[in-house]
Amino acid sequence: MSKRKPYTRELPKDWWMKQIFYTKYMLREGSSILITFYSLILAWGLLRLSQGEVAFNAWLEALHNPFAILLHLVALVFALYHTVTWFSLAPKAVDLWVKGKRLDDKVIVSGHYAAFIVVTVLCLLIITL
Amino acid sequence: MSQKIIEIDILRYRPEEDDQPFTQTFDVPYRADMSILEALQYIKDHLDSTISFRWSCRMAICGSCGLMINGVPKLGCKAFLRDYFPKRIILEPLANFPIERDLVVVMDDFIKKLEEIKPYIIPEKTESGDKKCLSEGTYKQTPEQMEKYRQFSMCINCGLCYSACPQYALDKKFIGPAALTLLARYNRDNRDAGSAQRMKIVNQEEGVWGCTFVGYCSVVCPKGVDPAAAIQLLKVESSKDYLIGMFKPE
Repeated sequence: MSKRKPYTRELPKDWWMKQIFYTKYMLREGSSILITFYSLILAWGLLRLSQGEVAFNAWLEALHNPFAILLHLVALVFALYHTVTWFSLAPKAVDLWVKGKRLDDKVIVSGHYAAFIVVTVLCLLIITL
Repeated sequence: MSQKIIEIDILRYRPEEDDQPFTQTFDVPYRADMSILEALQYIKDHLDSTISFRWSCRMAICGSCGLMINGVPKLGCKAFLRDYFPKRIILEPLANFPIERDLVVVMDDFIKKLEEIKPYIIPEKTESGDKKCLSEGTYKQTPEQMEKYRQFSMCINCGLCYSACPQYALDKKFIGPAALTLLARYNRDNRDAGSAQRMKIVNQEEGVWGCTFVGYCSVVCPKGVDPAAAIQLLKVESSKDYLIGMFKPE
């Protein structure tokens, strides 16, 4: 008779706290929650804009609330963290070959940052001009 | 000078006696050039002959001696006491696999998945529907064509990436890093004509879309295979497959 009795270990609920790599991954993915909040506030602003000047100014006023400022700052930090970690992973999803050699990871990452800067400057120009 | 000692905790499980695993501590004489695998052999030879672990080549080729070292999946032959000394070392069987005995895990599910993805060259069919005959000549491959899949063919099936994958931990149906990488290896081979068959596996929820790009598989891989990259590239292929399928159904 077989004496086999394989033992299956349970995955602890806090598995993502036990390894710094997993914690960073959860923070990267968790950034989506704050970005959702940010998008909802922005969408709310658009709705208020459609309701006239008084409504829109009230929305702008509400954004001066310290809690609103804090939320936006935290969302910005998370968005930047997501961007940096995502860009560093980007070469894994890119399969570009030049003259029989795979494009260097550094080129792909720098390309992402270059595009990021160009788009940011364009956005700033559109907003400020 | 007195002999330096390093403490090694081993998670033990003896199916005929134990209901659950327990930790046993061993004092091993420290040597800077001693690998974890050698320490285990020292324990088996001098301290407790009942301890079980897998090993074979001692040089990171066979992929047998994978285990958790202080919570990180590593090959016992490729990790050294000097990287932990004087702190204690905690050895556990590879995570996400059932424990057979002590440091030996049940890898059946992993092996089954490796077989499922058709890990062989599927030859092109000729016009008459037959496979290409050997007399018609050999398949040719340039170094450039080989370079497209070479990295993904370096896998030694040690299973470290499955231990590193939280998605596999949460859902055992997920095909997982090594098997998907092996799939990518054959799909990227110019001699192979089986991509269409394998894309059906790739496109499933349990295929590449079960991966959330944690990326730890590539960190722990002892052979630099980069399974995370293989899976992300397959996601691109799967998306293309979906788009093409919308306009050109089979």
